Amino acid sequence: MKRLIASAIFFLALLGVWHALVLAKIWSPVLLPDPKLVGGYLLDAAKDGTLLQATLVTMKRLLLGYAIGIVIGLPLGLVTARFKFAEDTIGVLALGLQTLPSVCWVPLALIWFGQTEVAMLFVVIMGTLWSVIIATDNGVRNVPPIYARAARTMGAKPLYTLIRVVFPASLPFIVSGMKQGWAFAWRSLMAAEIYVTILTGFGLGHLLHYGRELNAMDQVIGVMFVIVVIGLLADKILFSPWERFLHRRWGTGKV
Amino acid sequence: MEAVAEELRQIAPAKLAVENVSKRFHTGQGITHALDEVSLQITEGEFVCLVGPSGCGKSTLLNIIAGLEEPDSGQVLSDGKPISEPGRDRMMMFQESALFPWLDVLGNVMFGLRLKPNLNDKERREVARFYLKLVGLEKSTRSNIHELSGGMKQRVALARALAPNPRVLLMDEPFAALDAMTREQLYGDIQTIWQARKKTILFVTHNVREAACLGDRVVLFSPHPGRIREEFRIDLPRPRDINSVELAGYSSAITRALKNYVSEEVAE
Ligand SMILES: Nc1ncnc2c1ncn2[C@@H]1O[C@H](COP(=O)(O)OP(=O)(O)OP(=O)(O)O)[C@@H](O)[C@H]1O
Ligand SMILES: [Mg+2]
Repeated sequence: MKRLIASAIFFLALLGVWHALVLAKIWSPVLLPDPKLVGGYLLDAAKDGTLLQATLVTMKRLLLGYAIGIVIGLPLGLVTARFKFAEDTIGVLALGLQTLPSVCWVPLALIWFGQTEVAMLFVVIMGTLWSVIIATDNGVRNVPPIYARAARTMGAKPLYTLIRVVFPASLPFIVSGMKQGWAFAWRSLMAAEIYVTILTGFGLGHLLHYGRELNAMDQVIGVMFVIVVIGLLADKILFSPWERFLHRRWGTGKV
Repeated sequence: MEAVAEELRQIAPAKLAVENVSKRFHTGQGITHALDEVSLQITEGEFVCLVGPSGCGKSTLLNIIAGLEEPDSGQVLSDGKPISEPGRDRMMMFQESALFPWLDVLGNVMFGLRLKPNLNDKERREVARFYLKLVGLEKSTRSNIHELSGGMKQRVALARALAPNPRVLLMDEPFAALDAMTREQLYGDIQTIWQARKKTILFVTHNVREAACLGDRVVLFSPHPGRIREEFRIDLPRPRDINSVELAGYSSAITRALKNYVSEEVAE
């Protein structure tokens, strides 16, 4: 409760400073609209459904691409950690492509797939995949061999050991890799949506883009606000429970 | 006569027979002779303690018997059959903690049971609870591993090793990190379990008194290369008191023998 109040006071103060800056008229209101205007935009956009619609379109792309990235990335990471051949091929590829900012996939996706949903999905998958492969690979390599040996004495066969021992033992690494993958995917999707118009659905990035075209600063800031909130929620809903579980089990996270 | 002797030998084969086992490790520093032509017979229901200086191959021998490592030459027979892989008839308690941090106490004990067919989940839980109770941890079934003390962790490891009901228990310095009080308590527990559940136990320790207190036999190793040097049969009634005078007699004899090997090695 105390922490909640502290948060609330901090953000109210932030709003207060913003409002004061507007009142001081340092910048033209076109550049810095009043918080009330932004709130008004958010309210209207929420009422007429554009905001919800855009959020749904964006989240659908993001979640679907992210899920595909993880479903492909996890097993590939396990394989690259286990087999020299995979390490020298897929492993090197992943290491290289992970250094590529995922926004750089956008032009290629557009040429390959055109202005389609597939292009968007591709960008998100590329943002997720390499991080997940590398984190899984790294996690597996850091599992103390004693765990697998203990499992073997209890009758575990290699596949069972991989799924029930090596995988959970590397969860701390995997979850942080998934978090990084999420961040990359989210950034690159926003970039792609701002960059190109996809006729099958207007996402949050498009709203941001059109805000700029119309010079509607209230829309630009309002959409940015929504994007930040989604990022926060994703962290709280998608990752916090996992991280809490890991900290509780491993006894980490406390200093 | 010959035939009868042969027949008798076949009826009571050694539970475990280590036959001329050698094992070398190649490392950057060169070759380590961890085990050199080691032979050891252990009969059903026997409690055998292995004692020897650090690095004389005790853990290596246990790993080979567990089926986790292969000898370079020689073989280990379990019930007359060569060991080639781990089996649930031989459970191992490792020198370092090998509990799984992603599972709670009950989950750890149930891990080995999950791999046992013809048990349903409810039965597995009951079996796991039974063994946790046996080691005095019935109140901590839902604890996380990092919340346990060192002694409690060893108890969980013991329960996990016992749960699949193996006939052979391989214990590698299981109580080394514990305080004397807890250890003495566990000596009592392990002897009770051994007698009640009819296990064959191979127990590695650096503590000579511990070995004399627990073992039917104490086997002495010497290092470089790892060899069996001597055996002591401990003819004391059970349950044994670790502080008794007779036991002290055995342990000082064993300690003397051990010191000899160490000074021999220094002389070389
Ligand atoms: N995986 C390995 N690779 C290289 N050398 C090894 C390996 N395992 C054991 N050794 C070497 O083999 C020898 C015997 O090791 P082992 O662990 O069996 O000794 P130990 O008798 O159990 O010693 P301690 O009482 O200290 O546990 C040591 O010299 C050790 O350095
Ligand atoms: Mg050892």
